[in-house]
Amino acid sequence: MSALIVENLRKTYPPRRNAPPPRPAVDGLSFRLPMGETWGLLGGNGAGKTTTIAMLLGLLVPSGGSILALGHDMAKDRFAALARMNFSSPYIALPHRLSVAENLRIYAHLYDVPDMEQRIATLATDLNLTELLDRPAGDLSAGQKTRVALAKALINRPALLLLDEPTASLDPDTGDWVRGWLERYSAESGCAILLASHNMAEVERLCGHVLMLKEGRILDQGSPAVLTARYGREDLEQVFLDIARGTRAETMA
Amino acid sequence: MNPALRRIWGLVYRHVALYRRSWPRVVELMYWPVLQMVVWGFISSYIAGLTPGSGTLAAGALLGAVLLWEVALRSQMGFALSFLEEIWSRNLGHVFVSPLRPRELVAALMSMSVLRTLVGVLPAMVLAWAFYGFGLFSLGPVIVAFFAALLMMGWAVAMLVTALILRHGAGAEALAWSVLFGLTPFSAVFYPVAVLPAWLQPVALAIPAAHVFEGMRAALLDGHVAWGHLAAAFALDGMWLAIAAAVFMRQFEGARVRGALLNIGE
Repeated sequence: MSALIVENLRKTYPPRRNAPPPRPAVDGLSFRLPMGETWGLLGGNGAGKTTTIAMLLGLLVPSGGSILALGHDMAKDRFAALARMNFSSPYIALPHRLSVAENLRIYAHLYDVPDMEQRIATLATDLNLTELLDRPAGDLSAGQKTRVALAKALINRPALLLLDEPTASLDPDTGDWVRGWLERYSAESGCAILLASHNMAEVERLCGHVLMLKEGRILDQGSPAVLTARYGREDLEQVFLDIARGTRAETMA
Repeated sequence: MNPALRRIWGLVYRHVALYRRSWPRVVELMYWPVLQMVVWGFISSYIAGLTPGSGTLAAGALLGAVLLWEVALRSQMGFALSFLEEIWSRNLGHVFVSPLRPRELVAALMSMSVLRTLVGVLPAMVLAWAFYGFGLFSLGPVIVAFFAALLMMGWAVAMLVTALILRHGAGAEALAWSVLFGLTPFSAVFYPVAVLPAWLQPVALAIPAAHVFEGMRAALLDGHVAWGHLAAAFALDGMWLAIAAAVFMRQFEGARVRGALLNIGE
């Protein structure tokens, strides 16, 4: 079963006054993310990752195409899907003045989580947050905030999790801890994860399949090992650079 | 608890928790209504002393107007500023990807508006009663209807302000404070609609508050309930709320098309 079925997804932002017509930000994206798998969404700045994730979350209305999330058509029934999805991004904050526990309670209410306090206690134990529950979210370090954001993203036991750069601005040790935790969580929960990241080592470690985006299109896709072999490179970072700079595309053509 | 009610409570809880942690915010809610009451209370005492009898009645009408107009102001600000709190804390992205429906967001903001209005206006009412001998509840149970009509008007204006914020971003946030002040001259708060020029009177009569204040003056000065004005106030509230809700939803969907929900705080 697929957690996400995306067909010919397109987005062109409305033109600004006195500006030339914009090019499509996403141009005919199609893919199927199976349940229980972790996929990566890779691309340079402006490749369409954020626009794609925003459409998958219902924050942005596509110009065309369709999204079926957990069996629900996002155009007609997005709230049923959103109840079983969640999202984490370091670029969207949680209210700074509220404590970690208060923040988690807000989202437990919004997602109608049963046994709220028990769920918060479990997540706090799993993510080493117990000592931080009464501290204001704004007083935490970047690594602690990332763990709180993950706890918020897991509060409703999502069947589909979208992560935007989950280890951005973390030191290598904390980043490694988060990646290890996500690996274990994915294996134990059967949750499907779509991960947008600029960290190639992270994608190689976590993702079984990678979608390489450029100018709103999927330029290539496959497992990190397959992509690396296909491009004759040693790692995914070199593949990414080939695709971003168009060098490999030229030689392959 | 019903899931929809729980989602509404979730957002209300977010604001209640914020106020629980910040006494300056609570003081700020009361500060302006209390200050208004102190200033207008002395002015009313002065007027009452000038011409006992009619002056006393005029002073009572003035204090009643100040208190009730604060209800509309606090209601509108309570709604719009609660929405702005989400923008300022850069939390809207999380809220909008949760299962919270737009109508539940509106219901939560209305609930916060009621709470903020009560916290803001009740101390001013106590002050008016304790220091100036003016009891708004002496008007009778109809005062609850006046309150409700003004709360609803505040929500309608706030929904239009919020729609403008969705359309134009945080650049429109100054309207959250100022927009209702602009309606004061036409809302017959301190004088009857009849005082306005003839061409302006239809404008005033399209504003629910004008009917509430005509009703308040009828209750204070003539001792009767102006049911016609009360009915007109609620009918206009219904109409303006429906228009504001349609504009809000249109701008919300427009923001989803433009991608404005991604960077509304910038």
